[in-house]
Amino acid sequence: MKFLVCISNVPDTTTKITFTPDNKEFNKAGVQFVINPWDEYALTRAIELKEAQGSGTVTVLNVGEADTEPNIRKALAIGADDAIRVNAAPKDAYFVAQQIAHYAKEGGYDVILMGKESIDYNGFQVHGMVGELLGIPTVAPAMKLDMNGNTATLEREIEGGKEIVEVNAPFVASCQQPMCEPRIPNMRGIMTARTKPLKVVDAVGEGAATEVAEYQLPPKKQGVKLIPAEQAGELIKLLRNEAKVI
Amino acid sequence: MSVLVVVECDKGEVKKSSLEVASYGAQVAQMLGTTATAVAVGEASEANLATLGEQGITKVLFDAEPRLKDFVNGAYTKLIAAATEQEQAKVIVLANSNIGAAVGSRLAIRLKASLATNVVELPKANGSSFTVKRGAFSGKAFADVVLSGERKIIAVKKNSIEALHNAGQTAQVQAFSASLSDADFADAPKQVVMQDQAGGILLPEADKVVSGGRGMKGPENWHLIEDLAKALGAATACSKPVSDVDWRPHHEHVGQTGITVSPNLYIACGISGAIQHLAGVNSSKVIVVINKDPEAPFFKAADYGIVGDVFDVLPKLTQAVKELG
Ligand SMILES: Cc1cc2nc3c(=O)[nH]c(=O)nc-3n(C[C@H](O)[C@H](O)[C@H](O)COP(=O)(O)OP(=O)(O)OC[C@H]3O[C@@H](n4cnc5c(N)ncnc54)[C@H](O)[C@@H]3O)c2cc1C
Ligand SMILES: Cc1cc2nc3c(=O)[nH]c(=O)nc-3n(C[C@H](O)[C@H](O)[C@H](O)COP(=O)(O)OP(=O)(O)OC[C@H]3O[C@@H](n4cnc5c(N)ncnc54)[C@H](O)[C@@H]3O)c2cc1C
Repeated sequence: MKFLVCISNVPDTTTKITFTPDNKEFNKAGVQFVINPWDEYALTRAIELKEAQGSGTVTVLNVGEADTEPNIRKALAIGADDAIRVNAAPKDAYFVAQQIAHYAKEGGYDVILMGKESIDYNGFQVHGMVGELLGIPTVAPAMKLDMNGNTATLEREIEGGKEIVEVNAPFVASCQQPMCEPRIPNMRGIMTARTKPLKVVDAVGEGAATEVAEYQLPPKKQGVKLIPAEQAGELIKLLRNEAKVI
Repeated sequence: MSVLVVVECDKGEVKKSSLEVASYGAQVAQMLGTTATAVAVGEASEANLATLGEQGITKVLFDAEPRLKDFVNGAYTKLIAAATEQEQAKVIVLANSNIGAAVGSRLAIRLKASLATNVVELPKANGSSFTVKRGAFSGKAFADVVLSGERKIIAVKKNSIEALHNAGQTAQVQAFSASLSDADFADAPKQVVMQDQAGGILLPEADKVVSGGRGMKGPENWHLIEDLAKALGAATACSKPVSDVDWRPHHEHVGQTGITVSPNLYIACGISGAIQHLAGVNSSKVIVVINKDPEAPFFKAADYGIVGDVFDVLPKLTQAVKELG
């Protein structure tokens, strides 16, 4: 089977978020970028399924400018066979989805795996858009994915529970834990990744459907009000009478 | 032109998040000088749908197809698209839930609409475009996003909009059929497994949450968390390491790589307050931290705090809640 794994290049989870002085852009200065943590589940699961099938390929795709290549190489080091970088700034989910749908169709992939959401923009939407653009099912967010021939059995998380869903390839799934234990690159992987093919292609389709006018940081907290442990019960009174939340 | 709101139902009741969505839609309709129509998904009851009048809904479309009881992406998308066409809706509002966002993203393509998920405020209209505020960078920031398409889809984050309650108003429930066929149910679940939630309160819907971290020392001590949660009518949650070692189930893990919650009250017990944990809880209205280490980073993000031992403090809090009556 041909697996396509879409990875987003995001600020490390410990990043302190700041913006450019006009508040129109995220300030990348000094920020460490990583593979979106959810996408690591998609990547590892694709590699596991390929290994279990004993044949097939795993291709990673990123929509991004040249500065995302270190993380694409990292995905190759973890075990993907080849990579595609669509050379464009990922303007919004619609823009990204068009690129993925186009190159997924062109490459004839059977299974398209993504992460649950991109932790920078928290859209939770690229997978649904790609499924709709290609006219195939999307299962999001999936906690489990098994393949038997052309048929996949997935656990889809819904509020308060899960659904067991069966779909036939081709399909899109967005992955999250506890699907697998994400792999980290080993020395051999890092060496071979250098020579694996990374194809750079041009963006296609229409522009973005949305635009960010301005970013803002959340208002600062007032500061904590401490209650002595011996008078713990006082806290409950404050929550009722002052904060009015119980 | 009208506003269409998608209301999710469960066991006959409209979900709390959907009451917020309905109220949001009704206020957008008022802003645009039109009315708000709802379309129901999930296990709905006509009597409960009529009460959506209290949230400002005029009319509710109800397709009695029994297979709509469970979430089916294909069928839900077609149903809502059909309702959009019938109502000539220009704005569609749904919950930023696993269901709402999944359906919203398919609809954005099918209806050629601009979509914003994770929206936390009512829109500001500017000519024919809308500016909406949405959460980004995992709760560490907000973005004002301009939706300029002729059609707009807004997925509203839970607990960010106050539900309206205009007592006595009722909505007219109308039968509706999207002529769904078997093909629309291709992703229908073979089985649905609901969690056995402590006290029956679902974490993503809860407006109070009591959460435990590694400071709780082991799963055998979780009755302290559960007792307080029960007394408060709260859901229970945990930090990532706690679910990683199976002290608690994965679906209770909150944070950047778990679920995001925004309750009115979040009580953190024996949790240090790592940045990845805060990302999932920092939009809670009031945060209470109980930690024996006065230097724990969580205190910087807290509104109230107790420097103390959870094993001593939690029973006192539970007792105090019970005494409130
Ligand atoms: C610093 C910074 C600022 C950004 N600002 C914006 C912004 O202002 N507006 C905006 O719309 N986007 C912005 N992005 C781009 C964002 O990272 C996404 O690529 C894109 O917008 C989709 O975001 P989403 O949250 O909707 O994705 P989601 O729908 O949450 O992503 C789901 C999955 O889709 C896949 N995916 C997402 N993005 C890509 C990608 N680029 N390449 C390959 N696969 C991908 C991944 O598998 C991901 O897990 C920014 C990115 C960076 C690094
Ligand atoms: C990529 C990535 C993603 C992550 N995502 C998440 C996520 O989504 N959610 C998440 O939670 N974490 C996440 N983490 C992990 C995070 O960095 C922290 O390691 C984790 O949140 C710590 O959990 P904790 O607070 O329970 O444990 P600890 O950090 O060990 O803190 C325990 C606390 O309990 C206190 N304590 C101990 N005994 C007592 C007592 N008797 N009474 C009172 N207090 C006591 C201690 O003072 C301490 O502050 C992520 C990490 C990475 C790298």
